[in-house]
Amino acid sequence: MPGDRPGGAALSATGLSKTFRIPREQVHTLKERALHPLRRGSHHELRALDDVSFEVEPGEFFGVVGRNGSGKSTLMKCVAGIYRPDAGEIWARGRMATFIELGVGFNPDLAAHDNVMINAIMLGLSPAEARRRYEAIVRFAELEEFADLKLKNYSSGMHVRLAFSVMAHVDADLLLIDEVLAVGDASFQQKCHDALQELRGRGKTIVLVTHDMNAVQRFCDRAMVLERGKVVGIGDPRSVARRYQELNFGGAADAALSGAHLGDGAASILDIWFEDGDGRRAEAMPHASDCGLFMRVEFNQRVEDPTFGVMVTDEKHRPVWAATSGLAVRRSGGFDAGERVDVGFRFSNVLAPGRYFASPEVVYYGGGHRLMDHREDAATMVVTGVREAPGMVDLPVEVTITSSNAPVEQAAGR
Amino acid sequence: MHADLTAAERLPDAHRVTGPSAIAGDWRRFAFLTVTLALTDWKLRFYGSVLGYLWSLLRPLLLFGILYVVFSQVVRIGGEVEHYPVQLLLGVVLFVYFAEVTGDCVESVVDREQLVRKVAFPRMVVPLSVALSCSFNLMVNLIAVALFVLLSGVEVMWTWLLVVVPLALLVVLATGVGMLLSALYVPFRDVRPIWDVVSQGLFYATPVFYPVELVLDVSQEATRVVLANPLAAIIVEARHLVTGSSPSAAEAMGGAAWLALPATILIGCTLLGFWVFNRIAPRVAEDL
Repeated sequence: MPGDRPGGAALSATGLSKTFRIPREQVHTLKERALHPLRRGSHHELRALDDVSFEVEPGEFFGVVGRNGSGKSTLMKCVAGIYRPDAGEIWARGRMATFIELGVGFNPDLAAHDNVMINAIMLGLSPAEARRRYEAIVRFAELEEFADLKLKNYSSGMHVRLAFSVMAHVDADLLLIDEVLAVGDASFQQKCHDALQELRGRGKTIVLVTHDMNAVQRFCDRAMVLERGKVVGIGDPRSVARRYQELNFGGAADAALSGAHLGDGAASILDIWFEDGDGRRAEAMPHASDCGLFMRVEFNQRVEDPTFGVMVTDEKHRPVWAATSGLAVRRSGGFDAGERVDVGFRFSNVLAPGRYFASPEVVYYGGGHRLMDHREDAATMVVTGVREAPGMVDLPVEVTITSSNAPVEQAAGR
Repeated sequence: MHADLTAAERLPDAHRVTGPSAIAGDWRRFAFLTVTLALTDWKLRFYGSVLGYLWSLLRPLLLFGILYVVFSQVVRIGGEVEHYPVQLLLGVVLFVYFAEVTGDCVESVVDREQLVRKVAFPRMVVPLSVALSCSFNLMVNLIAVALFVLLSGVEVMWTWLLVVVPLALLVVLATGVGMLLSALYVPFRDVRPIWDVVSQGLFYATPVFYPVELVLDVSQEATRVVLANPLAAIIVEARHLVTGSSPSAAEAMGGAAWLALPATILIGCTLLGFWVFNRIAPRVAEDL
């Protein structure tokens, strides 16, 4: 395997930084350089990316949002290999297809055919493969009648349709898309979304840069907010969208724990998080791995034998599973005011791929479900999987096929 | 856990994204891209003109016609030189190729800004595709030269086959200089007028319209200076191999050892072009 990097992330970036030096005076000729050999230090630095780290799991639909100038496009260009970052590492799995700033660099003097060939080859197809897919690409873009027209005669919508179509047909494992779905008419937009969903269904990983919070909430499994080149929020689309709104319109800065508090306040849930099998915090978890759900609780007064519980719901907020300490450890002991505990629920991840929310709570011993603290949707996790699994859970199964008049025949499976 | 393993096995291999470079990556993709760009470039060059590809032929032929009339009828340089028309045509075609590659390379990277800024691909594809596209022209032109040579009554010789050697060196030289110019043009836009002048100067400094014998008539030293220019040495050698009547580059310089001079300059220019292009390749998308 070329380059061994731990972990199975489809895309991972650690500590990315990128600084642009913007000269106050653009020196663009040898003449100026020769006339003023000493006048060259004058430039200011623009820190476009500042220690950006994130991971995207295989099969995930990941959103990157941020205001203009927040570093989104620079990040995309670094990930796409167009810019070289000053610091940090990027690792990607498989072939990447990029779709940056409306179009993939078409030549306006060439007809659709030549442009499609050039771009398909740039994105990694061989000329033979590109020729085979040409028909499908033009059909998808709905440009059959205009295939012989030079691209300079295309409308911007036709441009984008063609570019998107090429990208969707090159069999990339990882698609980087920078703000494109806003162009084109509504029906083609829908078509793009459907195509992306279909690609994702086939296990492709998609990174989408956008301003469109609706798109983030509709399509993304997770998203990240960039501000002045820094990651200021990463997590489920709802909290990211909220964070983005805060940045845009001011407002409370802390959106870490999103849910509302319920309960009398005898205990406070300070934090809740998911961990992978190796004990690292994670927001995305592969299906069928070992993982854990943890909460950190601080007691504000002396409490005897509290019960810790958590409710896990799916993305439509249907209850999936509830875990409680009450069954395993009936009497949890006494805790003094100011004492902090970490409570963990370890489980084997049989959840079907999708997004899940966790709502933790601390209740008094005994019946009545008297709450000390409860946080609605305080943590979220994406379960990733390679295969489609309808249903809420994907349990390990053993399949048997037994003929009623023959000896037992067994087929092992999952 | 077993299920997890099989899922991981299906994942494609991880690779590190290190940013753009001149030549890194899959060499097949590199070759496909270079050829595809060169072909479309060639197509574009004559697209929409009535005479189409004929233009690539007519350009050197017209230049040849003018030079022939001037230097055999008016100035009479080529009067007593054997096979002067063949020498002239060969010189013109080879020089025009060099001028075309280097001239077209200058803006090549900047002109393909759309591509360079939006797609990660090995940057050296750009000047190489320009050189390849011009080489298609050269091949068409050489067919015309071959016909002309046969018609003008030069004896058929086995040395004709050896012409591929100076031709190959010419391609290498032109490509190397082209890479250098395309890289320098990114930060320095006055490379264009500078190169136009240099190119014009080279036309006179190179035995294109005059035969090398004329320089030999001046002095051996002058010949050595003129042939230190690898372009001159290549043209002189090609003429020698084709006509058999004009002296080879080694003979004109007075010893094969002197060939080390143009050879060094040729290798130096090519390596310099390669090195400079490699240097600018990672940042070219930002500096455009």
